[in-house]
Amino acid sequence: MIETELTRCVASFHPGATGVTGAAKLSGGASQETWTFDIVHPNGTIGAILRRAPPGYGAAPGRAAGLDAEATLMQLAHDAGLPSPKVMHVLRPEDGLGRGFIMARVEGETIARKILRDEEFAGARPILARQLGRVIAGIHGLPQAKLPKLRSLTATKEIEDLSREYHSFDWPRPVFELALRWLRDHDPGPSSETTLVHGDFRHGNLIIGPDGVRAVLDWELAHTGDPMEDLGWICVNSWRFGEIDKPVGGFGTREDLFAGYAEAGRKADPDRVMFWEVMGTLRWGVMCCGMMQRFRSGPDHSMERAMIGRRASETEIDLLRLLAPRGR
Amino acid sequence: MQDEPTPAELIKAVADFLRSEIAPAIKGHNGFKLRVGINALDLVTRQLAFAEAGDAVEAARLKQLLDIDGTLMELNRALSEKIAGGAVDLNTPGLSEHLWQTTMDKLAVDQPNYASYKRELGK
Repeated sequence: MIETELTRCVASFHPGATGVTGAAKLSGGASQETWTFDIVHPNGTIGAILRRAPPGYGAAPGRAAGLDAEATLMQLAHDAGLPSPKVMHVLRPEDGLGRGFIMARVEGETIARKILRDEEFAGARPILARQLGRVIAGIHGLPQAKLPKLRSLTATKEIEDLSREYHSFDWPRPVFELALRWLRDHDPGPSSETTLVHGDFRHGNLIIGPDGVRAVLDWELAHTGDPMEDLGWICVNSWRFGEIDKPVGGFGTREDLFAGYAEAGRKADPDRVMFWEVMGTLRWGVMCCGMMQRFRSGPDHSMERAMIGRRASETEIDLLRLLAPRGR
Repeated sequence: MQDEPTPAELIKAVADFLRSEIAPAIKGHNGFKLRVGINALDLVTRQLAFAEAGDAVEAARLKQLLDIDGTLMELNRALSEKIAGGAVDLNTPGLSEHLWQTTMDKLAVDQPNYASYKRELGK
């Protein structure tokens, strides 16, 4: 029972805590889990989240920054006044909970369809793009000297990584090949400035309330590189959920996103953002194909995986709309 | 020759049963998974209806574009290699039209409700 270990752990960093209740697993595969629970304290209960690799799962897979790096980045963001949960405790071996950290739980919504459709968020939608522009600028401005050790990526390296992964599937897709060729022909080269890049800044990793963005989550893909990558990724059509005329997450315009970015003292480069939007669209397509591969090779022989595999064609039409628009 | 009903008719009957009689009674994560399952059955029904004709015209277009013969997989591999090597690009007559038609035919099976697809259909 995880509550036993959590109770002992919580008492070590939160004086007066008498126990934990309501521990429930929110998501996770074998190597990474997210749990919600409440810390019981005479002054009132405190909502908390555990993000961990269970005992026995130490090493982070290929692209992941690692849970220690995630904790450091979230704490840096929190300290800089960005919407980020407060990190309460980084797990130690004696906690017996594996590797990871405990953070304050932030209430709000992560499900895109609700954020885009529910009345509750009607007031948030028009302000979100500009707000997110400011938040991304804040992330890109986090002090370099304090960053944990992270992978460094350039456009050129990303193209080669994607190409290798796509070709490993051995399933020829002329539209993907066209996109790879376009990316190589339009590679903008190293950016004038290298910053922290969140790496997965989009719906699902943002907690939204009626007042707007409340927390940025999931720093698993954080790296250093071209800051325009984050701006392009959040414009990928796959995260618009049907609202295809609102490029930023289905709720806003690029102009508002760039304006928010400028308000925080940084300048967007629309051509580079477009390049990263194409890269991001192809990246999601390749990830869909990867789901199909894992479905076929097992052990996770799930329907969801299989069906995500069949969503690669969505990125093909989006790539064609970007690179070979009809009748325009 | 196998008897009737056809695979398409059987799958559609199962999907309709799950959708109208079972889904309303299932809540939570299993409800989500059930909807994914129903979507999969619907996709298979569409593939059984459309794929054969779509594949035939795709192969015909590829043979004309590449001036070679082969299976659909071989033809797609050949086209991919030509695009990668730069021998064929968007200025090549017929390439853009071929990629568009092939992709539209795939979406008709995979995701006919996808907003980009509906926009390109003119809906």
